[in-house]
Formats: sequence, structure tokens, C-alpha cells
Amino acid sequence: MTAILPAKSAADRLTTLFWRKPKLLLALLITPPLLWLGVIYLGSLAALLLQSFYSIDEFSGMVVREFTLKTYGELLRPQNYDIILRTLLMSAAVTIGSVILAFPIAYYAARYARGRWKAVFYLGIMLPLWSSYLVKVYAWKLILAKEGILTWAATQTHTNFLLDAALALPGIGGNSLSTSYIGMFLVFTYVWLPYMILPMQAALERVPTSMLEASQDLGATRAQTFRTVIVPLALPGIIAGSIFTFSLTMGDYIIPQIVGNSANFIGMAVYQLQGTAGNTPLAAAFAVIPIVIMLIYLSLAKRAGAFDAL
Amino acid sequence: MPAAVEFRSVSRHFGPASAPVKAVDGVDLTIAEGAFFAMLGPSGSGKTTCLRLISGFESPTAGEICIFGENVSNTPPHLRNVNTVFQDYALFPHMNVRDNVAYGLMVKGMGRAQRYAKAEEMLALVHLDAYGSRKPGQLSGGQRQRVALARALVNEPKVLLLDEPLGALDLKLREAMQDELKSLQQRLGITFVFVTHDQHEALSMADSLAVFNDGKIAQIGTPAQVYAQPKTRFVADFVGSSNVLPPALTQSLGGPAKWSSLRPESLHLDPAGPLQGTVTSLRYLGSGHRVAITTQGQDIAAILPSGTQLPEPGSEARLSFAPGALHIMDEA
Repeated sequence: MTAILPAKSAADRLTTLFWRKPKLLLALLITPPLLWLGVIYLGSLAALLLQSFYSIDEFSGMVVREFTLKTYGELLRPQNYDIILRTLLMSAAVTIGSVILAFPIAYYAARYARGRWKAVFYLGIMLPLWSSYLVKVYAWKLILAKEGILTWAATQTHTNFLLDAALALPGIGGNSLSTSYIGMFLVFTYVWLPYMILPMQAALERVPTSMLEASQDLGATRAQTFRTVIVPLALPGIIAGSIFTFSLTMGDYIIPQIVGNSANFIGMAVYQLQGTAGNTPLAAAFAVIPIVIMLIYLSLAKRAGAFDAL
Repeated sequence: MPAAVEFRSVSRHFGPASAPVKAVDGVDLTIAEGAFFAMLGPSGSGKTTCLRLISGFESPTAGEICIFGENVSNTPPHLRNVNTVFQDYALFPHMNVRDNVAYGLMVKGMGRAQRYAKAEEMLALVHLDAYGSRKPGQLSGGQRQRVALARALVNEPKVLLLDEPLGALDLKLREAMQDELKSLQQRLGITFVFVTHDQHEALSMADSLAVFNDGKIAQIGTPAQVYAQPKTRFVADFVGSSNVLPPALTQSLGGPAKWSSLRPESLHLDPAGPLQGTVTSLRYLGSGHRVAITTQGQDIAAILPSGTQLPEPGSEARLSFAPGALHIMDEA
């Protein structure tokens, strides 16, 4: 009988060590990415949070490195409060619009698309993501402009009255689509839609067909199955997608600059405050708002049972 | 009185009409009210498609299906008074057990108190009274199956369909569940139709069964009929792994020139037996021994009781059988 092979080289000894202490290998592998996550991701977030508790000296324009809630108090000033409310409403509208648009597409892709059609679906969703964000936004500005293709198409089909009716809506209407909140909503929804479709599709794909059949078998109509089985089971995906669309809209500063009536949004405010105005604490305080809103949103979703199906 | 389920030359073809896959091909079938009916067959034989034709998840390409005399060929699943226990149970993971069971009543618009009372009643029926507030994910496989059963029974279906009901359970649980299903069916008097690929399950639970092969029914009858008098070579081989003898061998045993079958347990060692051959394998089965001999190029297996003096592998042995054990099949 031959003996068990003796460990010879250093490599052998190392693999033996890892075999005997599997947690050591795990620790070695996970430490670098954890450092990245901990220091660069969360660390910078902590630094941001810290900044928001500083204030700015109104005469010298210097940052006072002392703990105060004064900066947060400034958020409640009417002009700042308006920015927050406006951004919040836009983000909510974009998220709801995306859910409504994405659901049928995701449902089709998850339940019916097979083989080549599945590839077409993924390509169709991803293709717009491959081109430059700025190019897309400027393209939309042209599409929505008064001289743009949408107005032209409305004139040709004699549906001007629809466009005019939409633009006449108080608050969200305007001179043309490209200078109205409606236009901004359309561009936001266009740009973030893939981030809603993909997680939604992944969630729907995990719902077994037998579960839909069981619901039908027990006497549920299609509408009942949709309400009581499909939506609750897809909810984690909808929440995941809405985190994307909501927080991306809340933080964006380019679209509100190019499309719309130049009203300020949180992203633009942060951009101006830390850049030209040099008011880093207020910029940080603004930047904390989306985070707080997301945390509130998630805890509400959790309480509503959105993650029960996970 | 109309039959619980009736198939009139029902076919279900998939794929293009030029080259269809005939999952179910011209099946005629009558299931009596109150029966415990098994659809037995290997995978791909059409038994599951037949079950789905009854539940309404498939519609026939030809023929018609009647449930209690009513033609349901074009009735959607949610309007049929049949319910299914799915193979993977398909319990809703976001609802607790009580809500799962009450689901069928909820979609009909029954009030909460009333439907929960009924759900508890059903849970008691399957001995899960205390589990109403749990989520399906917190239950064992056997418990999930009972919940699926309670959920399907809550609507008081006229026919209960079970798709491989015991497939996912371990052996011990499976036997306990067999007894329980049987007694449940007798107590409720509902027609049970179940699909299985396991001949033991079909033989022990059903009071009549259909053996499927290639989208057609090879034989319908009571378990005793199908087991003792298989009509075709396929049935003889699939139900209880019978010895199937070619015409020449049948003739040499004194039968007509037709295929015949011999049950392994009807054979015994006999120094003067008509079947002589070399012992090729010996297997211990717990309750007995399985001995295989080769004669005229044909393997013949015999199940011998424990305590029998066994021949050595490679030695010559002779087997004999009780008169009448040789079953002549119609196939020439």
C-alpha cells in the first residue's frame, strides 16, 4: 500500500491550510471588496453626512466645522422646501409612470418571450443604455420642442387639440413640451425605464406557472389572479425597480437643466451649492434628503409586506 | 347517472398540424362518480396532459370532455367545478396557510369570518389545525401537501385532481399519505383522479386505473385486472414488471402462439419445472429474493420467499408456475 502523498511544495502547504481553515480563504477573498465597500462607499457617505451637520459663515463664506442643525433648518425655507417637494413629486410620478409602462413589457418578457424573442427583448431594453445619456436627453429636447417631430405629427394627424389640452394643464403644462413638467416627466421615464423593467422581469420570472394555474384552478378570474398573486409576488422586483427610478430621478441634475422650465431640483441645487456657491454643508444636507426618503420608503414597503415573498 | 368525467375521442396535439406531437391521441375514458381513479404511465405518455384537460389548462384539439354530463371542452379552468393538487403544491408563499386554504372562497367573495371558519375546518380534516398562521415556507414537504389538499377541497369540488401527489415525499411519508388519501376519499365521497408513474401507488390506491402509453390508453380496469390480465406487452412490463414471453416460448409452455406474461411471484423453483435456464442474477429484496434465469435467450425473473434454498449464480435451475398463471395476451 502506498502512503498518502506527502505535502511537498509551498503551494501544497497553502492549499492544505486553506482546506483546514476554509474561513481564512473566505476572509482573504472578501476583505478587499469589503474595504472598497466600507471605506469608499459608506465612508464617503459618512463624510457627506458629517458635512451636513456643519454650517457656513454667512459673512466670510467659510465652512464652520462645528456640529449644528442650522443647515437642516435652512432646508425648510420656502424656496428650498419647494425644491424638495418638486423633486419628490417628480420622482414619484416618474416611478409610477415607469411601473405602469414596465409591467406589461416585463410580464411579456418573463412569461411569453422565448429563445430569439428573449434576446430581442434584452437588446431592446439595453440598447438605449449603450448610447450617451446626454445625447438621449438632447435628442428628446428636439423631439419635444415646439418645432419638433411631436408637434409636427400632431399637426399632420389633426390631434393638436390633445397636445394643446395637455400643455394647458395648470402647473404641469407650459409653452411647449420641452419646457414643461410633462416633457421632463417623459424624458425621465424614458431614461430610467430599463432600471424598472429588468428587476421586475427577474421577479416575474421567478413566479412559477403552477402558481398562476393554482389561482385559476381555485376559481380566480384573471383580474383576481393579477391582484392577489402576480402583483404581490412581483412586488420585491417592483420595489427594487422603484428604488432605481426614484433615487435616480431624485439625484439627477442634467435633465431638469435641459428639459423643463428651469425650476430647481435637488440635484441642481446640490450642483450649484457646492460649486458656484461654495455652500458644501447645505449641498450635503440636500444630498441627505433622497437617502432619508429612500429609507422611509423602504421601511413603509417592508411594513406593507412587500418583501414577504422573498 | 352521468359519469364524473368522460372523454369522447379526445386528442391534444402540440406543434404544427403537419407534424404534430400527439400528447393525447383519441382517448375514450369514463370515470365513475366516487371513483378513486389512477392514470398510470411513464413520463411523456399523456397522463398529465389528460389531467390538465380535465382541469382546463389544456383544451382538446379534437373530441369532447364532459364533467357530470356537461360538456366543458370550452370552459375555462376557473369556471369548472374541479380542483387540483399540484405536483409542486403551488402554495402562495406570501399568504399564510389559512389564507392559502381560504383562497378559493376569498375569490368567490365570501366574508372573512366565514371563509376562515371553513378553512380551519379543512385544516382540521388534514390534521393541520394548529398551523393556520404559518407561512408555507415554514412547513415540511408532507405538511405542504396537506395544505395543498385542504386548499383544493375547500371549494367542495366534484372531482379532485392530483398530479403526482406523492412524488416529492420520502417513502415512509408516502405510505402514510396513501392511507390518508384513501380514507379521505372514502369519507368525502368525491371522485379522485390522480396521475402517477409509480405502479405500486396506482395499484394500492386506485379502485380503477388507466395505463397510458404514447398518448393512448393501453388498458383500463381494476388494479387486479390490469395486474393479472395485462392486455399488451407494454402493460405487462410496466405494471409490476412481469416476465413477457414471446410466442415461441409461450408455445413451448403449452400455450398458443401468442405473447404471454408470467408474474415473477407466480414462479417457484421446481426440479421438474418446464422453464430451464442459467441463473444470471440473485437479488435480496428484504421480503424475499429475486432470481433471474436465462432460457431461450429470454430473461425470466422469479420472486422467491425468504427461506428458500437458493441456487448458485451460473448454475442451472428450473422454474415452474401454477396452472393458470400464464396469461395469454391478445397481441400475436
